[in-house]
Amino acid sequence: MQRFAGLYAALDGTTSTLAKREAIAGYLRDAPAADAAWAVHVLAGGKLRRLATATELRRALAEASSLPDWLVETSHQQVGDLAETIALVLPPGDGSLDDRPLHAWMEHDLPALAKLDPERRVATLQAWWSALPPGQVFLLNKLITGALRVGVSQRLVVQALSAWCGQPTDLIAHRLSGEWRPTPAALAALAAPAQTDEHLADRPYPFFLASPLEADPASLGDRHDWLAEWKWDGIRAQLIRRDGRCRLWSRGEERLDGRFPEIEQAAAALGGDAVLDGELLAWDADVDRPQPFLALQKRIGKRLPGPKLLANTPVRFMAYDLLEHAGADLRGQPLDARRARLAALLAGADAPLMLSPALDAPDWPALAALRQHSREARTEGLMLKRRAAPYRVGRKRGDWWKWKIDPHTLDAVLLYAQPGHGRRAGLFTDYSFGVWDGDELVTVAKAYSGLDDAEIARLDRWIRAHTTERFGPVRAVEPLQVFELAFEAVQPSGRHKSGVAVRFPRIVRWRTDKKPTDADRLDDLRRLATG
Amino acid sequence: MRSEELIQPRPEGPYCPAGDFYIDPLRPVARAVVTHAHADHARSGSGHYDVAAAGLGLMRERLGQDAAITARGYGEAFRMGPVTVSLHPAGHVLGSAQVRMELDGRVVVVSGDYKRDPDPTCAPFEPVPCDLFVTECTFGLPVYRWPPMERVIDDLLAWWDDCARRGMPAVLFCYALGKAQRILAELAARTGRTVHLHGAMLRLVEQYRQAGVTMVPTVPVSESARGRDFAGELVLAPPSAAGSTWMKRFGKASTGFASGWMQIRGNRHRRGYDRGFVVSDHADWPGLLASVAQSGARQVRVTHGDSDALVRYLREQGVDAAPLHLPRERDAESGG
Ligand SMILES: [Zn+2]
Ligand SMILES: [Zn+2]
Repeated sequence: MQRFAGLYAALDGTTSTLAKREAIAGYLRDAPAADAAWAVHVLAGGKLRRLATATELRRALAEASSLPDWLVETSHQQVGDLAETIALVLPPGDGSLDDRPLHAWMEHDLPALAKLDPERRVATLQAWWSALPPGQVFLLNKLITGALRVGVSQRLVVQALSAWCGQPTDLIAHRLSGEWRPTPAALAALAAPAQTDEHLADRPYPFFLASPLEADPASLGDRHDWLAEWKWDGIRAQLIRRDGRCRLWSRGEERLDGRFPEIEQAAAALGGDAVLDGELLAWDADVDRPQPFLALQKRIGKRLPGPKLLANTPVRFMAYDLLEHAGADLRGQPLDARRARLAALLAGADAPLMLSPALDAPDWPALAALRQHSREARTEGLMLKRRAAPYRVGRKRGDWWKWKIDPHTLDAVLLYAQPGHGRRAGLFTDYSFGVWDGDELVTVAKAYSGLDDAEIARLDRWIRAHTTERFGPVRAVEPLQVFELAFEAVQPSGRHKSGVAVRFPRIVRWRTDKKPTDADRLDDLRRLATG
Repeated sequence: MRSEELIQPRPEGPYCPAGDFYIDPLRPVARAVVTHAHADHARSGSGHYDVAAAGLGLMRERLGQDAAITARGYGEAFRMGPVTVSLHPAGHVLGSAQVRMELDGRVVVVSGDYKRDPDPTCAPFEPVPCDLFVTECTFGLPVYRWPPMERVIDDLLAWWDDCARRGMPAVLFCYALGKAQRILAELAARTGRTVHLHGAMLRLVEQYRQAGVTMVPTVPVSESARGRDFAGELVLAPPSAAGSTWMKRFGKASTGFASGWMQIRGNRHRRGYDRGFVVSDHADWPGLLASVAQSGARQVRVTHGDSDALVRYLREQGVDAAPLHLPRERDAESGG
């Protein structure tokens, strides 16, 4: 793990994106494939299991350091992070486990740790600590608590992989999406030249993401060059049918298989294999419009929904793009051509598969008038898509715009929390949120309201369990939870490091379906401030 | 004979009533013993100073050329009224001293700032047996345990090389007195490359050279031609220069900070430097405990920093420990 610890230190010790990319690429060149595969998994934000509790770590530390509990606790408070406190308080280990490779830890030692009884687990931890230098003790503790965060974006990891193996970034992003298993074979497959018939089995394509429209839509040119649709307020997903088998992936690249049986059945009944991009919506068939987002959340939470839930909260897949048809990748074709094939494909489809309608408005003013009805349609506004554009990868400005109704909303990551006053004293109810500035999350808003008591209680517990640092009453938390915030406007601000402040922010909902990487970008907010 | 006759906190600073003198007074007094030349310890305006001879040059920089100063050799006993006083190496910076005071067979030692790690620029800390030991406590928690300097210098050289490869200057912020010279001296054992210096460091580095400390060659940044490209060069500057217009000349530079506070990851990230190097001229936790033990003192007074944890820990170990509250303003120069 020595080499990986070196990489971690290099990534942690620099704020330069270029230096981070070089460090990762350099590591990939030097490291054995079995280790490099695990490094990619960890860097790309792959899930880590929690193998020991904080209580066990604390106990192991108190024993190993022979310091009184209060001093361990004071030290923890000063440092803010238990894994780091342990690495700092204990004398440096003898280095006898220095050369133990990363994959041996990940595949053998750590899984074995989870199976021990607490007594032996504590003893094992102490033995490991006494055999490793501080940098590796820290890293090991982070892996054990499932809380290792390496301050690099998925995009940066993809770029580094691309620099390492010479394959284009979108191919790598594609291969890395979904459930990537950290094995030497998978790493080799990641770096292999593109196959012409590369299906990549059950993987979704990287999503093409829209940017917020701040300018007058008339600046986009001729209305007829643009397809206008509702901006659906559900969960973005790809429905994949290949060789007759169905897969459903959320934009957060989580497998949703089994949760929406009505969608899978409808896909199985389609005339052929296809990959559809669209939105999962809880549907209100009586009035033919979506149910509120909250209804959909009931369905996401259920792995195997019962008949009652299926009947009360039916779900529709509102398809708006066709990425692959009968084995052919259509992403390079213009939207118009993809739409035509999509419409034909869905013509005879079962009810759960719907085609997102093209909105009929002859000119921009007419479209703007239609947009005023977004709320009645239970949508967030309009989408404008250039008819001649291919299906691109990621957030590329220019061809897809989201023209939301006011108030504006943004997806932001919870960064800090502070206890409230009065009725909610003692609970963490004051939150600070951040958006991405390059690879960094910067604070843009504070919000106090919008969650119900049950959510506040749940979030309070989460905050206590995921505190990384304390500054007086304020706690920094692991940047993992995404919230949708509504706000009235964005103003330039000298007070925030971000340079902008959002006016009247409030929490719309807790987006448990989104990953931190899905949060919005500072650039988009800055444009709102000037525009 | 009680220790209070030898050391008392006063608004002006630690005071020795029996000898009628202050140690590192905050305000001008008649008679002062000054432990070292850091700005939060050496203040001008007092009537007369006693200092360690090894630090005389630095003291003159701080206290003025006209100040009445008597230089004392380490271990040389001198009288202040009935009190026998001597200065002993503290290992903190060039000429830093602990103050030993003896009256009627009772001995009090005031450590001043000190460290236990090796430092090629000054005499090593000398444990002085005493009845009451007044220790500093800048880093009074067990999370502060300094890495070997050799490894820090490895990291520093690797960073310098990396910057050279990227065509960027490497600007290292560190305190102008002590830290800068220690780094320059440690570098001299590993490289002969020239280091560029901020103006605030020039005279201090010169004092160290005159004292016979071997350091890498240095040149003032100000002597470089306008528009000079500092790519691949290492530049030392005081922390106050960070973010100033002085930095503009370096264009896109990589920045580092050398301080004991860099031990904590959160500090490294919050400070906004690209790199943090753990270099401290203060004692770490093991150093504090070792010094207390080696003093053999039955009474320990803790000052200069957050003393709560060390006091409580020592008390639980059976030591008569208490905080010695002094009205000391923390000054950036020695804060790490
Ligand atoms: Zn000091
Ligand atoms: Zn000092």
